[in-house]
Order: sequence, then structure tokens, then C-alpha cells
Amino acid sequence: MSTVTIEAAQTRVPERTTETTAVEDAPPGSFVITLIIRRYIPELDDEPRWEDFDVRVLPTDRILDALHKIKWEQDGSLTFRRSCAHGICGSDAMRINGRNRLACKTLIKDLDPSKPIYVEALKGLPLEKDLVVDMEPFFEAYRQVQPFLIASSAPPARRERTQSPVARERFDDTTKCILCAACTSSCPVFWTDGQYFGPAAIVNAHRFIFDDRDEASQVRLDILNDKEGVWRCRTTFNCSEACPRGIEITKAIQEVKQALLTGKAS
Amino acid sequence: MSVGDQPGLVSRIMHDRTNPEKGHQRDPENRFSYTEEGTGPVYDGVHYHQYDIVIVGAGGAGMRAAIEAGPKAKTAVISKLYPTRSHTGAAQGGMAAALANVEEDSWEWHTFDTVKGGDYLVDQDAAEILAKEAIDAVIDLENMGLPFNRTPDGKIDQRRFGGHTAEHGKTPVRRACYAADRTGHMILQTLYQNCVKHGINFFNEFYVLDLIMTEVGHGKKKQRRPAGVVAYELATGELHVFQAKAVVFATGGFGKIYKTTSNAHTLTGDGVGIVWRKGLPLEDMEFFQFHPTGLAGLGILLTEGARGEGAILRNADGERFMERYAPTIKDLAPRDIVSRCMVQEVAEGRGAGPLKDYVLLDCTHLGAEVLETKLPDITEFARTYLGVDPVVEPVPVMPTAHYAMGGIPTNVKAEVLADNDTVVPGLYAAGECACVSVHGSNRLGTNSLLDINVFGKRAGNNAVEYVKDAEFVPLPHDPAGAIRDLIEQLQASTGTERIASIRKELQDEMDRKAQVFRTEESLGEMMEIIVGLRERYKNIAVQDKGKRFNTDLLEAIELGFLLDLAEVVVYSARNRKESRGGHMRDDFPKRDDAEYMKHTMAYLTGDPHSSHADDHIDLGWKPVVITNYQPMERKY
Repeated sequence: MSTVTIEAAQTRVPERTTETTAVEDAPPGSFVITLIIRRYIPELDDEPRWEDFDVRVLPTDRILDALHKIKWEQDGSLTFRRSCAHGICGSDAMRINGRNRLACKTLIKDLDPSKPIYVEALKGLPLEKDLVVDMEPFFEAYRQVQPFLIASSAPPARRERTQSPVARERFDDTTKCILCAACTSSCPVFWTDGQYFGPAAIVNAHRFIFDDRDEASQVRLDILNDKEGVWRCRTTFNCSEACPRGIEITKAIQEVKQALLTGKAS
Repeated sequence: MSVGDQPGLVSRIMHDRTNPEKGHQRDPENRFSYTEEGTGPVYDGVHYHQYDIVIVGAGGAGMRAAIEAGPKAKTAVISKLYPTRSHTGAAQGGMAAALANVEEDSWEWHTFDTVKGGDYLVDQDAAEILAKEAIDAVIDLENMGLPFNRTPDGKIDQRRFGGHTAEHGKTPVRRACYAADRTGHMILQTLYQNCVKHGINFFNEFYVLDLIMTEVGHGKKKQRRPAGVVAYELATGELHVFQAKAVVFATGGFGKIYKTTSNAHTLTGDGVGIVWRKGLPLEDMEFFQFHPTGLAGLGILLTEGARGEGAILRNADGERFMERYAPTIKDLAPRDIVSRCMVQEVAEGRGAGPLKDYVLLDCTHLGAEVLETKLPDITEFARTYLGVDPVVEPVPVMPTAHYAMGGIPTNVKAEVLADNDTVVPGLYAAGECACVSVHGSNRLGTNSLLDINVFGKRAGNNAVEYVKDAEFVPLPHDPAGAIRDLIEQLQASTGTERIASIRKELQDEMDRKAQVFRTEESLGEMMEIIVGLRERYKNIAVQDKGKRFNTDLLEAIELGFLLDLAEVVVYSARNRKESRGGHMRDDFPKRDDAEYMKHTMAYLTGDPHSSHADDHIDLGWKPVVITNYQPMERKY
């Protein structure tokens, strides 16, 4: 067998094959778009670089489909995270034409396909490879707000705690969070101050602060009253615009601020 | 060189490289010391860790097991995704439990529905446990913080779902506990939140690629036991060996053997494939569930909860066709039946759309408020992906590959079985990767979110009990060697076959030949196709030669698992010459209890590297456990 080792092989630039689909095989209604992707392969690149790919798509295809077509038909080294492909798992948040979006919820027809589409990794989190960033700082901020129900009083034996539909509705919006980081990594404060908890952590604190079954609202409010807490929010609304789940994040942050001022969550 | 030049990619994973009986005393791997956190040395380029319990997979079953195990034993959860990315989060409609919060209900009715829904191939002792423990399982989740929808008096609200009835089939019953159409999301988030609370050790984006089995004992007491697992760290490309007294598999399903599927890209059956390659059996693999309401052409799931709230399936003529097939519960018949009826409507020319290739899910009479509050996500899916607004127009739907009823056989303690009744001590499986069998030949909606909670908890608790008295089983010499070889071969390969092209052909053809309707001919053709694909797989190309975040390499390995599992599915399907639950044979349209009232058990024997299934699959049978319910004709 050949003795090519992984170390030796990795110095080779990955082969790239150009689009091979013959026009006669092209599905009706399809057309070619250009994706300009910010590439970074840590073993090869000193700095990120832009690379463009032509790819044949249908208007109803998602950006994720286009990325897959590139990876599967042109360049296997193109790297991104994805799983469910319909906006539930939160794996494929990235910057598409300068906006944080999920690649699997962004359809080609909703962009301008006559112009190149720019795709790059989320900002504000350490770049690992191509469209992959290090999510640890994001999850660390999440864990710091104690994102779990804290209730010292025992629930009725083998029964649920009761909660009125109105009380349940109070925190409904923030239960929708899928921890994709689109909000946090769109926040200018987070870009310049890596210590700031960021919108997603505050959203997940809100989810418990306003849950009337929880007994530790004050603990979380104290955490968020920190200098790196809610007061750093400059209400630019980037986070609300970026949220693929439509959570009114800025409003949730304002409600946490309000609770800090009045001393009560209601 | 191509991978195919090497004798037996698969067999290299299969065979232990040394005889541990002789060798292990000398092996340095068994003399390492570990920190309190479980970290050992890096030896020969491999990172060593040691935990009492290793849980593979961080979806619902894995995290439910971790919540039991973590506080009581030294536990690690190894997951190829960040836990909150797991596909439990995509489940929508609900979790069944006879709480009787809104109407009269009993766990006994739930048991009966589960048995009948599974077309009597359900092990009834297991179904009884499922239905009985369902009530505590829901209460546990609520107490952990899960935000269920509530009734006006503050209790957990419940909705109707397919196949769940009162009084043994008389009328649909409201049994599904739910949180809008995001029940799976809420379960996944709640379990992850509680894992954070308990400080569970996660190894995220670590791909487990091998189960280490060691032979222990002498003479008649000789048996194979798990010694740990080998994992590939995505970020660095480095290998890790986790030595453990007990290993719990909770790796989910393998819907990606099909093209049209509700499953995530990552559901490639790695865990089931690993267990198969270790020579352990797989049970009832021919039974795959096709969920009736996938978005047409895309397969994205639209919950059965929509029909639970009153939505209706219509053909091109606007007819509510389920009335003809299931006069009592109509659109709320179990999934296998509804899927078959839909395919039949289309086959008989009553499909809707320009190509007459789908049917319609009509939600328009439910009103905007019900859709926006109780079914908000599926309303958005239809709008986003099809440009159809369910408030004003019916949604094009067709069946989508959804759930594997079969998998790693276990008993009701979640212990993995080496044959019909021999337990593999220390090895557990729970959730979709396992086959208890509570779902028989067709799972009822909402019984899966239930299964992961009931049997995930059991797996965690039983593993804790086991490790109290168990010793670490010795590691073989160089336990990661086989995986290191596999990875080096794949990366050095100069093969010409594209991963995606083999995978696409597998998925396209599985949709054509092994989907809702199957025949001897279609399954035979599929077996031939798989032979060709397995040959081509030996000449596969991995373009990415790097070590960091090499998802290209992992897609190649995942494809290997998909090919292995598709082969077992089709081989088992060809052998069952009857129609039952999710397995519909057009050439044998009747259920045949005299011949086939038994579970299929598939074993990997002979030459695992051969492209021909006959060279390496042996099929056997396992009796069905019947307690209270004798098989009857299944009418709804």
C-alpha cells in the first residue's frame, strides 16, 4: 500500500472540480448562481480568503442545498455545520449577504440570484474552518445564566405543578430559542466585548425569570445586573432581526431591564 | 492506492487485533492512571479517558439516561453534535401518557392501542411498561421545567393523535401531552438544561466510530463485554479511547437510507451500524415507518397533531378519502395505514397537483388562531418551503421516511441482547436505535418521545446499578488501531467514486424499491443495486485531506454505515413474505400470523467485506411476547 500519511497528504490543496452538470441534464427552471464563500482552512491558509463557486439551483432551493451541491459535486473540503435542514436544530447559522441567517431557511428566490451571494461564518466567535466557528464561548455564556428550572418547593407527589395558560403564555416567546447564535453574533456589543453575555443568554434567562414555577429569578437578575449583563445592550435590534425563530429578543432584554429596575418579574 | 486494495475495511473493524486473554497483562493501555475528571494520558497519539458509564448520543434518550447516571456514577456523554442539535428537537406533536387530564383514559387502553398499532408484533410486556411509566415520565419532564400547554385549570393539556383511542378502539382519545407543535424541541431543551444543572460531562462533536468488545472469562463462562468506545474528535481529527464499565447507545435512527425523509442529514445510523459490525444482531429492520404528512417533494415533517386538531386529508377531487379506508377514526388511523392509503390514492390517479403526485392536507377550516397558536411551526414550514399558506389553502403532502421500528435488540431493562435471550453485560441501548420492542411493526405517533424518556431513564438507572459491582474490562492492545487504519486508508485513497453520488443513488433507489409498497421483484433489484454500491464504495474518494473539522471524511464513514443498514433492511424485508404494519408487500398483501408472528433477527456472519449479503447475513427469528392481547384483525 502507499505510505502517504495524513500529515503529508494534508499539505496538498484539495482538488476542485468545476460544475459538470450538462445543460441538457439541468432541471427545468434551474439556473446558475455564484456563491462567494469566505474560506479558511487552518492547515493551509494564513488568512481567510474569498472563493467563488458557480452552482446550478432551483429558486426553491435553500442556501444549504447550494452549499451541499458545492461540497458534494465540486469541493469536498468546504466545511459547514448542518443537521435538520429545516430550521429547528440551529446548526447552520451563518452570514448570508451580510445578514445572520440559517442556511436551511434562506431560499434562493428570496435573495437576488442575479448577483453573487456572499456567505461567511458568524462574526464575533473564533473562526475554526470555513463556515465553522467555535461555539464554546456562546454556550459558556448560556450556562452562566443558570438556564434550568430552580424550584425548592416540592411539586405535588406524582403530579404536575399547575400553571395557568396566561402564566404559560408569559414566557412563550423565549422558549422558542434554538441556540443557533444568530442573535449573539449579530450584536455589535458582543463583537467588541467578548465578555458580554449576549442576547441568547439573556433570552434563556428571560425564559426562566418569567416562568412562575421558577423560584430563582432574583439569582438570574443579579447575574444579569453585572457590568457585562443586560445594561450593555444598546437596543440596536440586530438580534431581533437575526432571530430565525422570530423571537422579539430586544423586547425580552427590555423586560429583563425593567424587572431589574422594579425588582420584580411580572 | 484505493481503499478497495485493502482486504476488508469492515472486517478490520470487526476483528480484535490481539488476543486479550493472553495479551492484556502486558498492555500499557490497562496501566494508565486517570484524573478525578476521567482524563488519562495521550499514548501513541491517542487520548485516553476513563468513566464508569459512557453514553453515546445526546438526543432525548441519551440525555435522559445521563440525568439518571450523572449524579450517581462517573459519566460521560459523547455526541457527534452539540446536544441541542439532536433530532429529538424536530419532533412536534406530543408525548403520549394516560394522564386523563381532559377525558377518561387508562394506561391499559394505551397499552392496547400500542399493541394493535404495532400490528401485534409488539412485545406486550414492554408495551405495558411503556404505557404505565408514561405518566411518571411526563410528570418528570414537567417537574424539570418543561413548558407544556395547559388546560384552563392549569393542568397539562392533551390532544388527539393517530391510533390512540378510548375503550379499545371505540373513539379517539386526547392522550398526547404537548407544547404547541414544538414538543420535541421543549423536551430536548429541558433535558439539556437539566444536564447543565447536573454538570454532565459532554464531549461534543466527537464521533464514536467503534465499540471495544473484550472477551472475558473462561470455558462456559466466556463472554464478550464492552470495554469502551473509540471516538474521533471533529475539531482536531484526533482519536480518543473512552474506557467504561457500561456503555449506553442512544444514537437515533438511520432515515438517511431514504431520499424522502423527515430525518436530519446526521441520522446515518452510526450506532446501529457499529453494533452490527461487532457481530451483535439487529431486530425487525424491515419495519420502517413512513409518516403520512411530509411536505411534498421535501419530506419535511408536518405533525400528525394537525389531524389531531381536526385537519383532513383530501385527494384531487376534494374527497376525504380516509373515510373509505378507516370509517371509525378516519384521518386519525395509524401512520402505516394512512401512508398506504395516500400512495394508493395517487397510484389510482386521484393525486393532486400538475403531476397528480401528492394529496392535500386541509387545515383551512381550523382557522388562523388554531394554526398560529397550536401549530405555528408547521404553518411556517409550509409558508417558507412551499410558499403555501395553510390558513387559506391545503398543503401538498406525501409520506416521508420517518422512524426505524427495528434496531439493536434489548430487553425491558434496556440491556442489549446477543441473541434471543443472552444479555451482553454492561451494554445498553435506548431510543430509536434500540428495539425493545414497544413499536412492533408500526409505531404510534407520540410513543417515540415517550420511548426515549421511559427507556432512556431505564438505561441510565440500570447502568448505574451495573457499575456498582462491575470492574473495568481490560482494553485490547492499541484499541484505536482499527479506526486509525480506516481513517488513514480513506484519507490516502486515490479512489474516484464520489461519496455523494453513491449516497444519492442509494437514497433514490430505496425510495423507488423499498418504500411504502414493496415486492419480491423490487427488493431483489434493490439487493443487486446495493451490491454495486458496496463495490463502488471500495473505490471512494475523500477530497479533504486535512485533520481539522473534516466532515468530508466523516460523510464517507457515515455512508459505510448507511450501506450496511440499507442492506439489512432490504434483506430482512425480502425474507418477510407478508404485510404487517410498516412493511407492506404488494405480492403478499395479508398479514400471516401462522408463519410470521415473530421478530426478525439478523446476524452478521461470514465475510463482512463481501458485497453480497448472502455471504454475510444470517436471518433468524425471535418469539413475540404476548400477555393480554391475542392478535386480531386490525380495523379502525
